[in-house]
Amino acid sequence: MNTSAAELLRIEGVTKAYPGVVANSDVSFTIREGEVHALLGENGAGKSTLVKMIYGLVKPDSGAMRLRGVAYAPAEPRAARAAGVAMVFQHFSLFEALNVAENVALGMENPPPMRELAARIRAVSEEYGLPLDPARQVGDLSAGERQRVEIIRCLLQSPKLLIMDEPTSVLTPQEVEILFQTLRQLKAEGTSILYISHKLEEIRALCDEATVLRRGKVVATCTPRDRTAREMAEMMVGATLTPPERRATQKGAVALGVSDLSVASPIPFGTSLKGVSFTVAKGEVLGIAGVAGNGQDELLLALSGELTSAPDKVRIDSRPVGDLGPVERRRAGLVAAPEERLGHAAAPNMSLTENALLSGAVRQGLVRRGFIDWAATERFATSIIRAFDVRTPGPQVAARALSGGNLQKFVVGRELLQEPSVIVINQPTWGVDAAAAAAIRQAILDRAAAGAAVVVISQDLDELLEIADSFAALNAGQLTRPRPVEGLTIDEIGLMMGGAHGMEVAHHAG
Amino acid sequence: MFGGIDPTLLIASLMVASVPILLAAVGELVVEKAGVLNLGVEGMMIMGAICGFITAVETGSPALGFVGGAVGGAVLSLLFAVLTQVLQANQVASGLALTLFGLGLSSLLGQGYVGIKPPLSKPVPFGPLADIPVLGRIFFSHDAFVYMSVLSVVGVWAVLKYTRLGLILRAVGENHDAAHALGYKVRRIRVLAILFGGAMAGLGGAYLSLIRVPQWVDGITAGAGWIALAIVVFAAWQPWRALLGAWLFGGISVLQLNLQAAQAGIPVEYLSMSPYLITILVLVIMSSRRGRAALSAPACLGQNFHAAR
Repeated sequence: MNTSAAELLRIEGVTKAYPGVVANSDVSFTIREGEVHALLGENGAGKSTLVKMIYGLVKPDSGAMRLRGVAYAPAEPRAARAAGVAMVFQHFSLFEALNVAENVALGMENPPPMRELAARIRAVSEEYGLPLDPARQVGDLSAGERQRVEIIRCLLQSPKLLIMDEPTSVLTPQEVEILFQTLRQLKAEGTSILYISHKLEEIRALCDEATVLRRGKVVATCTPRDRTAREMAEMMVGATLTPPERRATQKGAVALGVSDLSVASPIPFGTSLKGVSFTVAKGEVLGIAGVAGNGQDELLLALSGELTSAPDKVRIDSRPVGDLGPVERRRAGLVAAPEERLGHAAAPNMSLTENALLSGAVRQGLVRRGFIDWAATERFATSIIRAFDVRTPGPQVAARALSGGNLQKFVVGRELLQEPSVIVINQPTWGVDAAAAAAIRQAILDRAAAGAAVVVISQDLDELLEIADSFAALNAGQLTRPRPVEGLTIDEIGLMMGGAHGMEVAHHAG
Repeated sequence: MFGGIDPTLLIASLMVASVPILLAAVGELVVEKAGVLNLGVEGMMIMGAICGFITAVETGSPALGFVGGAVGGAVLSLLFAVLTQVLQANQVASGLALTLFGLGLSSLLGQGYVGIKPPLSKPVPFGPLADIPVLGRIFFSHDAFVYMSVLSVVGVWAVLKYTRLGLILRAVGENHDAAHALGYKVRRIRVLAILFGGAMAGLGGAYLSLIRVPQWVDGITAGAGWIALAIVVFAAWQPWRALLGAWLFGGISVLQLNLQAAQAGIPVEYLSMSPYLITILVLVIMSSRRGRAALSAPACLGQNFHAAR
């Protein structure tokens, strides 16, 4: 890295406060021409707010930005794009019902006529090894392909600075490698990249410089190549991390059996399950990986009982339950925690006590002869709050008032405390800070040690490798055969997840 | 002649009968494409009917009457826009309230205008074309609004399909968060769409009170706004199918009158019911999420937009 390269973007003392929280406080750093600069930090550290300011979606309260020495204060994304700043969003900013070319046109200032645009999309996607058909509807594309739409939308505007917000969270390892080749090619052509992630090995492989944010402040800068992932993690968290403790457990009899389960997806543009089969024994944790949108939500619904099937397709302790709804399955010992916290796992406007009742009524005996035992319900809610260290004034608080991490601890704790024999969790630590995530993983392992069969569906491979005994992947609604985690390589995992979905390596260099 | 019904006359009159619902449906289609569900079509139509009627009577000009009708509908829709886009009120409740409010207010405004004849509009002079047998009666004997209503379908279709404006409008209705992230003004675009919908509904209402009836009576729209809403769903948000739907539903109402006159054996109540039965059927299909996707409803239809941090 040539450290004498000219400055592209300089951020000086930028501060942004929202009611009750300072998102960014006196943040300063510099991105040079042709540099890949990492922005590191936990959820809620202020990374997203910072890049939104650079992209003109949010105005800073104070501080200044300079782009190539000129004062830069974009009033809206249009102005940022005109100045040469482009952004690939974490949650894709795509329109499912529109086709690829229309999606690209929406992100451009003066798009050419559709036919010409389609030709240019083809040309650029070929050049960077990201093949894409401009006429396809985005709703039918895989997550990796959708990201290509976003990247190509940016590349068509020849940006000077490309912002990427958590770009690899939806990709298979092979797709990540191809993305990195594209990014290195861009860097060689002189484009600077601001790369936001909390995946430290990726940052070590790709980035030249890193700025670490914690609670809205810059706490460190470093050259990622010269640091270990552990050092950077501790800079991010500001504390020493202890990985979850795993006890060797004896596997018992099969507690959850699923055979040849096929259900149609109730979700628009969803993925139907096709012939899913697996078994989980008592004390076993089965990790199910997969890129988002490959049937994870549907699998959770089919296991929790929200989607029913023929009776013998799903069995709890050898008892057929496929045709039973969620309440009956809870009674049979299966509890489930879906990914969406607000609206699916918890009713946002109801108190924690009421939310505790909603899923705990059956197994905790909180309803007698049709009447609610409020005292017992509140005791149950309080016990969850205490056991899982949920930071809240009390069980009377509405679910929506809790932060994401705290609510996640509550909804996961609510299920784990019901002494279930089978646990199904989708994305247990999505959007949760490192300390809370570690606590949740530990609680899951403790339950498994106590004899529960656990299915963890997650897109975080590191998480699955940390807690799972066996590993399977969902790909287009089909589940691979579960394999023991020990001895699995990251390449094998990538292939189980569907490989690179027809991507190819960039074949142009200059 | 079939059972005392002249098909030429039937087609000619169904084209006229469908104008109000077609105008209102095209307007509502644009509103819903932008992701807003405005159930106040009936209220906006009747406000257009009374405002258009008053303007025409007071100025003596039917053309100004239509302008007045469009303004009346648009002003009422502005109330809906403020409620739902600025104050973030629930769209379904606001739309229903708008209908009730429009019905009441129009009745109040129209108190002095019952029994008055408005200045009349003349058919477009096509000269010899109008004298062609059958075709002349069907296509070249109408007032300007029959042709304008068809042109509005062509216009809305072309704008939605071929222009950047149309693309942005559809984008806002599909995913308002993504549109916001790309820097589009979601609320502003929606308010403008709502105003367009109001003006079109107002025009449809004015057509009722100035040409179709033509006089002012309380509740003159008699459910036309609800049929317009049904047409949008029935048409699966496609302008051409809205034209088809309007002619179908307009045709049913004309046929029902003709059958009564011809004293046919079918009870007319079945025919009067049929537009609503079709609507219920379509809504049932709509209400399952799978059906909704199959009908390609705008994904953000009826959802309010909050700009997140």
